[in-house]
Amino acid sequence: MEIAIQAEGLGKRYGDHQALSGVNLEVRSGTVLGLLGPNGAGKTTTVRILATLLDHDQGHARVAGFDVARDQLEVRRRIGLAGQYAAVDELLTGRENLTMLGKLLKLGKRGAVARTEELLAAFELESAADRPAGTYSGGMRRRLDLAASLISSPTVLFLDEPTTGLDPSSRMVLWQMVRQQVAQGVTVLLTTQYLEEADFLANRIVVFGSGQALAEGTPDELKYKVGGEWLEILLANPQAVPHALSALARVAMAAPVVDDTGRRIHVQLNNRMNAIAASAAALEAIGVEVVEFAMRRPTLDDVFFQLTGAKTGGSTAEEER
Amino acid sequence: MSGTSPNAGSPGLTDVLTLTGRHLRHLRRTPEKIISTAMTPVAMVVILGYMFSSVMTIEGGVDFEDYVMAGVYAQVGLTCVGITALGVATDLSKGLIDRFRSLPMGRPAVLVSHTAADMVPAMISMGAVTVVGLLVGWRTDSDPLSILLGFVLLLSFAYAMLWLGALLGMVLRNMEAINGISALVMVLFSFLSSSFMPLNGLPDWLRTIVEWNPASSLSAAVRDLWGNEPAIEESFAVQNALPIAAGSIALLILVLVPTCLRMFRTR
Repeated sequence: MEIAIQAEGLGKRYGDHQALSGVNLEVRSGTVLGLLGPNGAGKTTTVRILATLLDHDQGHARVAGFDVARDQLEVRRRIGLAGQYAAVDELLTGRENLTMLGKLLKLGKRGAVARTEELLAAFELESAADRPAGTYSGGMRRRLDLAASLISSPTVLFLDEPTTGLDPSSRMVLWQMVRQQVAQGVTVLLTTQYLEEADFLANRIVVFGSGQALAEGTPDELKYKVGGEWLEILLANPQAVPHALSALARVAMAAPVVDDTGRRIHVQLNNRMNAIAASAAALEAIGVEVVEFAMRRPTLDDVFFQLTGAKTGGSTAEEER
Repeated sequence: MSGTSPNAGSPGLTDVLTLTGRHLRHLRRTPEKIISTAMTPVAMVVILGYMFSSVMTIEGGVDFEDYVMAGVYAQVGLTCVGITALGVATDLSKGLIDRFRSLPMGRPAVLVSHTAADMVPAMISMGAVTVVGLLVGWRTDSDPLSILLGFVLLLSFAYAMLWLGALLGMVLRNMEAINGISALVMVLFSFLSSSFMPLNGLPDWLRTIVEWNPASSLSAAVRDLWGNEPAIEESFAVQNALPIAAGSIALLILVLVPTCLRMFRTR
């Protein structure tokens, strides 16, 4: 099977609110597609439709080769779902949670127990297996949630904001575990608000905004859309800015711009090494005091802000996160 | 679409048993839930059957403690509304129901197992009421079969109320609202009924309303079966309490179960 998830013109309306309109998606088997967008952009609605939890009213979609509206049972046999809020039973232990799902997935009692032990080991939950899931840390719950979504060895995995609210090290552990699944051939559809998560996990990214797919591509392609690298110069003294601007204009591709700090200059350069050297020499010649001098690449933040119409972050996106 | 899909799965027995096992584990791990459910009716038995019975007399040759017992059992049924409502709403508020719904299993299994498992606290409450009732001097005056039939009627009523709770849980979804509404249902239906006092003192219009309250016909029918019904002049609703009670319980179950299942599928 080449295409694991395919959606054409998917639409969903709630009353007079068009939650989703004309979304097209195509995910090749064994790859990760990231749906990136702010709250309310339609990411979760898309996942819920593809996971047969919600009916759509326009278009059609196939998951693992079956139509999500007509062959729900066949789709459900082949998918795993890990939700936004870790969907585990807090009163049951980790082991009981997994065994219960194994039985519901018709693995039989023995099969459910065997699969549970396998997953507890794979997700490093063995030592906590007999504690109620309600006592787990955030990272452990997400791991249990992910393990729970994998009981039936699904070919397609839906991860709806899998690391929201996790600390950085738990997030990294979970990312590695998702990557392991992909390495074993699982197709993943991931929704996220974290640009670095999409960058780290996804082969391709679809940027969502107000119920529509705004752009699609690999992380690099999307970054390229925003533009190439630029030079960023921070001056010690704002009064020196006009002076520096005219000096830089001579070596730049486009007119240098000052951002809203009033002393940071962005310059697009045409010819990399020479232009960097020329810029440095030009600033040296006029004798302004430079605090920072660095090449910047666009981040997914820049892509995101540009496409969703929010303020362009430029280099300050790093701090806005 | 999903509601009418022919391949939505059958409510497999394995699914129901697995999920019932889940709920029973919950009950075992939160015994305070069972205790708090049983506490109100047990307190009612002590207050009505022991304290009030020393000053209350009923026409028709029945002791007050014998009269109120059927009503207390009916009240246990009414408290069942809150049990399932809270359970279903809790499941819905966590993502767990979404996970169940994404599995290739019959969707009715979720609610069927909820209500099946919640019969356990209902039966424990009734057991506690029985023990305390016998302690304060309640005695039946009837044959074993009729006594059994009385309990069957009470348990079916409790089962219907669990489904009412499932409906309430899906509609309200907010814990405070559920607590408020289920307390109101409990007070309204058990006190605006003949559960704890005969209705002969009421004005006609109110008496008619109260007599047709399902809790009234239920407690009247059960009292009758147990030989705890005072021999006084009776209206149509009281004379035919058994068929009315059985009929209204059957009607409740027949309406509530499909409504809940449809709502759960298409939510």
